[in-house]
Amino acid sequence: MIEWSIHLLTELLKTCRDILPIAATIIGFQLWVIRKPLAHPKRTLIGFFYVLLGIVVFLEGLDMALFPLGSLMASQLTSPEFLGINPTNQPVSWFAYFWVYVFAGSIGFATALAEPALLAVAIRVEQISGGTINAWGLRIAVALGVALGLALGTFRIVTGLDLSLFIIAGYGIVVIQTYFAPKMIIGLAYDSGGVTTSMVTVPLVTALGLGLAEAIPGRNPLLDGFGLIAFASLFPIIAVLGYAQIAHWLASRTSSKS
Amino acid sequence: MRFLNHPFIKQLFSSFLDLLPILAVVIIFQVFVIQLPIPDVSDLVIGTLLVVLGLTLFVQGLEQSLFPLGESMAHAFARKGSVFWLLSFAFCLGFSAAIAEPALIAIAEKAANIAGTGGLIEQTEAAKDSYALGLRIIVALSIGFAILIGILRIIRGWPVYYPVFLGFGGVAVMTPFAPAEIVGIAYDSGAIATSTITVPLVTALGVGLATAIKGRNPVTDGFGLIVFAVLMPMISVMAYGMII
Repeated sequence: MIEWSIHLLTELLKTCRDILPIAATIIGFQLWVIRKPLAHPKRTLIGFFYVLLGIVVFLEGLDMALFPLGSLMASQLTSPEFLGINPTNQPVSWFAYFWVYVFAGSIGFATALAEPALLAVAIRVEQISGGTINAWGLRIAVALGVALGLALGTFRIVTGLDLSLFIIAGYGIVVIQTYFAPKMIIGLAYDSGGVTTSMVTVPLVTALGLGLAEAIPGRNPLLDGFGLIAFASLFPIIAVLGYAQIAHWLASRTSSKS
Repeated sequence: MRFLNHPFIKQLFSSFLDLLPILAVVIIFQVFVIQLPIPDVSDLVIGTLLVVLGLTLFVQGLEQSLFPLGESMAHAFARKGSVFWLLSFAFCLGFSAAIAEPALIAIAEKAANIAGTGGLIEQTEAAKDSYALGLRIIVALSIGFAILIGILRIIRGWPVYYPVFLGFGGVAVMTPFAPAEIVGIAYDSGAIATSTITVPLVTALGVGLATAIKGRNPVTDGFGLIVFAVLMPMISVMAYGMII
């Protein structure tokens, strides 16, 4: 019990240090630059306390659930019993890890589709584009982008191909798409990648990647374990730019017909 | 009884909804595909409950302290305020939001552990802590700088893809020179750090500013800040890896 309370206290102190800069920025600029007193000082203070407590509890839960869950899925999906192969029989074809790609893709699709931040943005875009871009279409484009990104990312870990090749090639595609895409959507498409990497998805996906790199023979967590999040934030950009291009093209075709 | 009032329960429910897609996919896979026993089920359940509770407190706290203040300040700075103060605010906001991001805290620790076992740094608590903190400070500094440049772009009216293409170029040029062990975590760091705190505050600043300045469109000019904040840390973490 004593050990536990010391642990909690150190975590609380560490988190205090982490949120001090943002509290100082917001309150400092408010008082000295905008020169207005805080509207609800008590409410704000309680809010900061919630943030503090929330981070401590969340990180504790991550260590107990999300990190272990990611590594558990990685080790179960790559265990020789599950794959039905002889562990001494090397090398294993990349296709044997089929369910790994399906799992990573499903996690990406499900979390992106349910992301509340994305829902708000999608509704706004539909209004601004005058209906050319459909809110559901946009959300599905992002979700497919994240799914494809994570599936490809796990494929890369399994095969051990160079991460930078994929990412830099992805950038090349984005550059080309930017040239053709409707100007209005560009900023939004770019940001759609960062929006979907939420606090819950990131730890699970990272643990999955590190777990895969540990479990698959010949891979090293240090060299191959990271990089999934980069995939998850790059591919939605490509998907949204592609979707906008198609939606724009369809709209202009129907209007030129009529 | 404060805890039992309505908004908190609502928030608890919506935090659970955030976690639901992950749980659904994991459970479907466990039941239909893997069909193996799960070790430590009780830890997983308690941990999941802690995640939901922590997320609830965190978001509730943000919504009654940081978000209203941050958003009203973003609008206040966007409407008047000198360019100097606007840019300093942009930098401080980006930096401090990234430092407080829980996902970045967790992943930096994880990266330090991996670096420790991989022999990249010493296998001691102190060495790992300083590696993790160093990583977070580098990421936060670059996000602050990225937001500053992004805001300058909105003021000047540069097209959104100028800084982004520069960022792509920077990543492509740096990658061959960076040690291979740092590339993965560098690529991930930007997207990890632009999460629950950073995205709403920065978007509010960008969209508010683009609405306030004549001749700027909130959609074409207001977005595009996050992507640059994702790219900058990739470049600077690779640089950090070359130095240490």
